[in-house]
Amino acid sequence: MSSILTCKNLSKSFGSKQALNNINLNIEKGRIIGLLGPNGSGKSTLIKLCNDLLKPTSGELQIMGRTPGIETKKVVSYLPERTYLNDWMKVSEIIQMFQDFYQDFNIEKAYDMLKRLNVNPNERLKTLSKGTKEKVQLILVMSREAQLYLLDEPIGGVDPAARDYILDTILGNYQENATIIISTHLISDIERILDDIIFLKDGQVVLTKSVDEIRDENGKSVDSLFREVFKC
Amino acid sequence: MSWDLKSDRPIYSQLIEQIEIKICSGIFAPGSKLPSVRELAQEAAVNPNTMQKALSMLEEHGLLYTNRTSGRFITEDIKMIQQAKQKLAQEQISEFLEKMKSLGLNKTETLSIITTMLEEAKK
Repeated sequence: MSSILTCKNLSKSFGSKQALNNINLNIEKGRIIGLLGPNGSGKSTLIKLCNDLLKPTSGELQIMGRTPGIETKKVVSYLPERTYLNDWMKVSEIIQMFQDFYQDFNIEKAYDMLKRLNVNPNERLKTLSKGTKEKVQLILVMSREAQLYLLDEPIGGVDPAARDYILDTILGNYQENATIIISTHLISDIERILDDIIFLKDGQVVLTKSVDEIRDENGKSVDSLFREVFKC
Repeated sequence: MSWDLKSDRPIYSQLIEQIEIKICSGIFAPGSKLPSVRELAQEAAVNPNTMQKALSMLEEHGLLYTNRTSGRFITEDIKMIQQAKQKLAQEQISEFLEKMKSLGLNKTETLSIITTMLEEAKK
């Protein structure tokens, strides 16, 4: 199987603080991967490097054999940890903007998901609750027919019922060969949809394994293993 | 149709077990077409790759077969389904017997409780 994302000796420092330290990763196509680690372990830094929002201090990161930039952004759909949308815009206007912006945006899919999640397209973003805003953002991201989805904390702010629906949305809407990387610490909610997990600790990869291997070898869930590895 | 998945065992092996149960109980009828991997995965809220793995293993065991053009089907071999049923029943019963043992009941005592309960259920 060919890889979609590779990191070689990747490091990133902010001044004297080392956020990522010599990361080596090889992520294959068609997998759903959980990027897991405690607060400040480097999850968001890694995702931002994939999106060209940060530059590596040393080492390299490639998406489909290319350094992150305009070309990779065409195939990468990114859900940032914070919203960047203008909140005076209506949901329908934002959808129109995405339609203009991304070649792979599927507008029917977007409206279909809005309907199922009970979001009114004529409302302005600033009138929506925090959870509903998150739903809108996820809908925008999952409506693209991308190769790589990078979801930074996609379910943090929504209620458990909507969480199930969102996981359902993720499962139902990604392309067969696309890869999804989900960063989160709500592990028990998402572990049944994951193929593999990456544990990050203090900017280093401490474990990469498949979920079934973990359950087979350790006889415990990823959630309990996480609590053990990262015991405070 | 519900899927009850525990968090301490591999998901694919639990999927295999539950599909076997669905086949034995007739929810998936012999010879009928199975929903697609994606549909099943979504229904069980699991990763499609995991569902795929479970289905290929069931295929290896012979409970499912693939028709190249029209999808995946449940076996029509009733004998094989009977065998699967037998196997599942035995697993359940040995688990139950273990529990009775840990309660300090011997085989005769266990059996007598079962018999009494069955008699009462008849009334």
